[in-house]
Amino acid sequence: MTDTLDSPTAAQPADGAARPTERRTRRGVPGGGLLIGAIVPVLLLGLWWLVTEVTGTFTAIQLPAPQAVLTAGIGLFESGDLFEHVGISLQRVLIGFGIGAALGLALGSLLGLSSIADKLLNPTVGAFRAVPSLAWVPLLLLWVGIGEDSKVILIAIGAFFPVFTAIHSALRHVDAQLVEAGRAFGFHGIRLLGTVQLPAVVPSVFSGLRLGLAQAWLFLVAAELLAAAEGLGFLLTESQNNGRTDRLLLAIVLLALLGKLTDTLLGVLERKALKTWA
Amino acid sequence: MISPASTLNGAAAATAASTADASNISAVAAPERGGRAQYTSLDVKLSGVGRAFGSRTVLRDVSLQIAPGEVLAILGSSGCGKSTLLRAVGGLDTGNTGEILINGSPVQRYDERTAVGFQEPRLLPWRSIHKNVSLGLPRTLSKSEGRERVDELLELVGLHDRASLRPREISGGMAQRASLARALARRPGVLLLDEPFGALDALTRLKMQDLLLDLHAQTGTTVLLVTHDVDEALQLADRVLLLGQDPEDPDPAEGATIARLLSVPGERPRDRASAELAALRGELFSGLGVDSHSH
Ligand SMILES: Nc1ncnc2c1ncn2[C@@H]1O[C@H](COP(=O)(O)OP(=O)(O)OP(=O)(O)O)[C@@H](O)[C@H]1O
Ligand SMILES: [Mg+2]
Repeated sequence: MTDTLDSPTAAQPADGAARPTERRTRRGVPGGGLLIGAIVPVLLLGLWWLVTEVTGTFTAIQLPAPQAVLTAGIGLFESGDLFEHVGISLQRVLIGFGIGAALGLALGSLLGLSSIADKLLNPTVGAFRAVPSLAWVPLLLLWVGIGEDSKVILIAIGAFFPVFTAIHSALRHVDAQLVEAGRAFGFHGIRLLGTVQLPAVVPSVFSGLRLGLAQAWLFLVAAELLAAAEGLGFLLTESQNNGRTDRLLLAIVLLALLGKLTDTLLGVLERKALKTWA
Repeated sequence: MISPASTLNGAAAATAASTADASNISAVAAPERGGRAQYTSLDVKLSGVGRAFGSRTVLRDVSLQIAPGEVLAILGSSGCGKSTLLRAVGGLDTGNTGEILINGSPVQRYDERTAVGFQEPRLLPWRSIHKNVSLGLPRTLSKSEGRERVDELLELVGLHDRASLRPREISGGMAQRASLARALARRPGVLLLDEPFGALDALTRLKMQDLLLDLHAQTGTTVLLVTHDVDEALQLADRVLLLGQDPEDPDPAEGATIARLLSVPGERPRDRASAELAALRGELFSGLGVDSHSH
């Protein structure tokens, strides 16, 4: 985000000492940070090309060449399958993450703010959290069936806990002195929440949301590996069964790109929020 | 150091009305100078106030009447219950026994007639100084009136050119001033200050003491000031309350009470070297259990 360079708040970095140095690098070489970060991936790509195309150390089944993966991608794109796989996976992640994050925020706020609700519900939530989330899969399949719903629910479960935990513990640890100062100046209830408590937890909530999003992608793949007829996880299993290692690698690259893309979008929101609240 | 003249002009009319209908109570209008805003100073009456945490008594039998506009310094050794007493008067803590009346009526939870300057500035890190001070405004004020009042207060504490900065971008002394401005924003009848200058260096501290005297001269509000510093108490206060064991009591119970209540003679600012103050200083030090000759 080089736009911070000339914005008026650039002189007030949100994270103290880290930003000025970063900015100096950018001033030296435009896009310098991006260039440095690209070195290793480019080298890896070169190595990949070397051991497949040039030296032939690996067979196409073990490791297809980069061009083969690209060709596979173009092939799937032209048949329209690529769009379908990516679209359905993205849809599942976004819906599941949306539901899980919303529930996590709601329940986390409730337990974080009300000590009665906390005493009543926290042991139960804790017990559910202790179950490794994939252990729900058989039960979900039994109860909900192999449809969209079971996948979205599984993803929602995956996204729920990081978000819940982040806002819950952040609210429990809001500086009691600030809260008391708020009360002393006549704030209570919803106004106190909006003035002191919520702003104080914005940074933790965003790190919880980003963790939740990563979990959502993880659970997407799990759900699609187990039972699906389309989606990137399905592409993985299908390619494995057909010996299409090129498509398998393509699916992995796509998952990485999509995960990174959605995380970056959330990161942009986070930076905007931190500029206002931190 | 800070010229207060004309800073509170705009809001004078607004408060004139609220002071007028308060004329039947023991309110004292601030000395009028250049059409400044009027504050309503209220009296505070403590009768038999005590506080115990669990089985441990911290305060007992504190009975005392504080006149409107008076500056009362509260001294005592660390942990003797100074903050506890102040919090009870502000309604921040309601677990006390006895009775606390402000202007004749019992203290409410987070009483609106009081305002607290905490030991730490307690500013919201994500808000500008201006917006932090606005937190102290009474809910009844319109937006523009509020903005005007905050501008005046920032001018008064010398922070008008820092209004848009965040708390982490100003010094500790400035943060304390901002905190003081926030407490003044609601024009409290009773201003409760808990070691507001404790964390400051000597020079800033002296400046802040001057500022407080300026503010008090302007506003005439009743001030309860907790401090560790005997000289600060003698400089600022009309009376000094020393919390501790009653020296007359042969068999003192657990918990601190009024050990001494001394009137400090002379107009402020006072000559630190005067013999009268030296005698009071000696008495307070011995009350605190410090040998005054070593000072
Ligand atoms: N919420 C509380 N629960 C239990 N004990 C408390 C509580 N608040 C204060 N105390 C106890 O009451 C005593 C008096 O505390 P207080 O903060 O009033 O002291 P103080 O005179 O202000 O001390 P200092 O000068 O160090 O600020 C202390 O011993 C403290 O441990
Ligand atoms: Mg204290």
